[in-house]
Amino acid sequence: MSEAAVLLTTSDGRPLKAALAAAQARAKRRAFWLVAPLLLFIVITFIIPIGQMLHRSVYHDGLSANAPLVGAWFATNPPGTAPDEAAYAALAEDFKAMKANKTAGIAGTRVNYTLPETRSLFTATARSADKLAPPYKEALLALDEKWGSPDVWEAMRSASSAYTADFYLISVDMERAADGSIQRVPENTRIYVYLFVKTFLLSGLITIACLVLAFPVAHLLAVLPMSKANLLMICVLLPFWTSLLVRTTSWIVVLQGQGIVNDVLVALGIISEDGRLAMMYNQTGTIIVMTHVLLPFMILPLYSVMKTIPPSYARAARSLGATSWTTFRRIYLPQTLPGIGAGALLVFILAVGYYITPALVGGADGQLISNFIDFHMDKSNWSLAAALSAMLLAGVLVLYWLYDRLIGIDNLKLG
Amino acid sequence: MKRLLILTTALTTAAFAAQAQDLTVMSWGGAYGAAQTEAHVKPWAAATGNGAVMLDSDNPATPIKAMVEAGNVTIDVASVEYADAIRLCDEGLLEPIDMAMLPAGSDGTPAAEDFLPGAVTECAVSTDIWANVYAFDSTKYPADAAPTTAADFFDLAKFPGKRGLKKGAKAVLEFALMGDGVAPADVYATLSTPEGLDRAFAKLDSIKSEVVWWEAGAQPPQLLADGEVVMTTAYNGRIFNAAVGEGKPFQIVWDGQVYENEMYAVPKGAPNKEKAMEFIAYATSTEGLRAQAQQISYGPARKSAMLEELIYKDGKTVMAPNLPTAPANMANALESSFEFWVDKDAELNERFNAWLAAS
Repeated sequence: MSEAAVLLTTSDGRPLKAALAAAQARAKRRAFWLVAPLLLFIVITFIIPIGQMLHRSVYHDGLSANAPLVGAWFATNPPGTAPDEAAYAALAEDFKAMKANKTAGIAGTRVNYTLPETRSLFTATARSADKLAPPYKEALLALDEKWGSPDVWEAMRSASSAYTADFYLISVDMERAADGSIQRVPENTRIYVYLFVKTFLLSGLITIACLVLAFPVAHLLAVLPMSKANLLMICVLLPFWTSLLVRTTSWIVVLQGQGIVNDVLVALGIISEDGRLAMMYNQTGTIIVMTHVLLPFMILPLYSVMKTIPPSYARAARSLGATSWTTFRRIYLPQTLPGIGAGALLVFILAVGYYITPALVGGADGQLISNFIDFHMDKSNWSLAAALSAMLLAGVLVLYWLYDRLIGIDNLKLG
Repeated sequence: MKRLLILTTALTTAAFAAQAQDLTVMSWGGAYGAAQTEAHVKPWAAATGNGAVMLDSDNPATPIKAMVEAGNVTIDVASVEYADAIRLCDEGLLEPIDMAMLPAGSDGTPAAEDFLPGAVTECAVSTDIWANVYAFDSTKYPADAAPTTAADFFDLAKFPGKRGLKKGAKAVLEFALMGDGVAPADVYATLSTPEGLDRAFAKLDSIKSEVVWWEAGAQPPQLLADGEVVMTTAYNGRIFNAAVGEGKPFQIVWDGQVYENEMYAVPKGAPNKEKAMEFIAYATSTEGLRAQAQQISYGPARKSAMLEELIYKDGKTVMAPNLPTAPANMANALESSFEFWVDKDAELNERFNAWLAAS
């Protein structure tokens, strides 16, 4: 045996390693160009819009774009400086410009996010902006004494920079105190943290409920003979293909106070006329309807995986003396784990972002964070909606990472 | 096969192109949207030969800002509440409307005098006056024990059962104060103070567990018909249409009504701006307002529209006593203050949401 290893070559003399690398690179390039249109599509329709949304959550130029002179005064005077005549003059000039451009509403709205009740101050001042004459400090204080309040000036200072963390503060129920420190908002306006927790807990509950209901159905689908299995499959797929709104509103008919379920229970005498169950327009309604709507997303991955499990393993276990429960627990269940993982992940992520069903059947206490994101979109507070969405995205990514650590994302099969 | 495919694609594209020229009107759907379609959209389309389409929405004011800022305005005319019209105009999101283009009334009065005071603003023209009222199913209560005042709505002991309330601060806070005994003239002054706000929320707290919250105008009549609620606030015209048009046994309580103007406005950058203006001039003429008032019980915004008696489309019901502005219905009525809501809409809705979500 010689000391140096014989270098393997291809038939035309190139080293095998290099030839292999070149061939693989060619294959990779070809694969990339095949995928390139899809990649472009995803970048344009997915990554760019999400990037813009995340940008909006830290960017709001309502005040900075429309009150540049005041912004300049803030830049040259450190925090804590009391506003002087120059500040008021800059403010008056900005208001005259805002009245001409009709931007006082947007500027006031931005400051209002930081300090409530300021929008009315801005719009009222803008309406009388043309009548302001020097000395501006007295003119503005005569118009509204709030212009002398340091809170208002601090709020304007924090709003004068287009890039801000204020919206993230709001979405965790925090605010800036007068001295600049961060504190929790008053008790009666704290909602978002509670809503985030409720959303994740409710979604977890719905995932578990879906799993419990879907497992037997998927197992039946997998083991029944073809004709019966097809019939059962139609029963699973037909509701899946029916419009979501139709399904949700038909649940309203079934579950409402004077609905079918309550009428049947009263007719059977199980509950009294006054004791009708409240299953609609509350959290119970949200859970029931969302479980029904998301069930196919759990059944189908489970079915796909169960179809590939050979029945011989279970039979072997029984023949070796295992009880039914032990067979199920130690032989069947672990083999279905990839399907459970896939279905649970799908259902959980869908449930966390669900908006239509809680909006229609949730009433007051079945609202999830997505309903509030929609509310802020409706009220044109896109920055807060973006901040809440970004936090939801972060929460889901954290849970996804946890799932990967615990179960492993490679242990996920959709079929 | 290939020729068929090419032909159908070409025809569909042509259809889309034609659609772009159609006037698009967005309104509140349900009975109101239907009334405006019958009274304004279809007649205008027939009279001028243009295509016109009506779209439904829970609140047409919400998509306007998004559309104008995105530079992709797809609606030409929107039906918005008075306070929203003022706010959107303040923010430069609506096209200004020239009062001079509005036709004179049927009796010759110039438009400026014919319209009710405040009915024409810089960017919007009023079509009707509508009211938030509450209604109940009259078969559930004998005539002498029926609810008659705003306070009765909040009286769970005397009138047990679920209530329907609009999900939002506007008109709900005023109604709560009036139900607590505040006179209409003092409502907005009270709401401007922290104690007044606390009082309104405390009154709402007293019924919170029994409330079913609605968002679309068509929901309250449906909730009443289902028996889901015994009383619900609603837009008065929707209840009237259910009661008279569909024969439901609903009764309106006018005590504590909060009335407001409904306006037609044109979003800035609308694709068919000139046609939109023509449509508004047509719809807010005396004939246009009378046509709508005969479809749904909202008071027309012109004096000349009330000169002749208004009869509902069924040919027999007289509209006058069913309008919010009828003298008998104005005893304890409150005009919604646009100044208050333009400024306070955002913060009061924030507080309302927090109150609603807290269990």
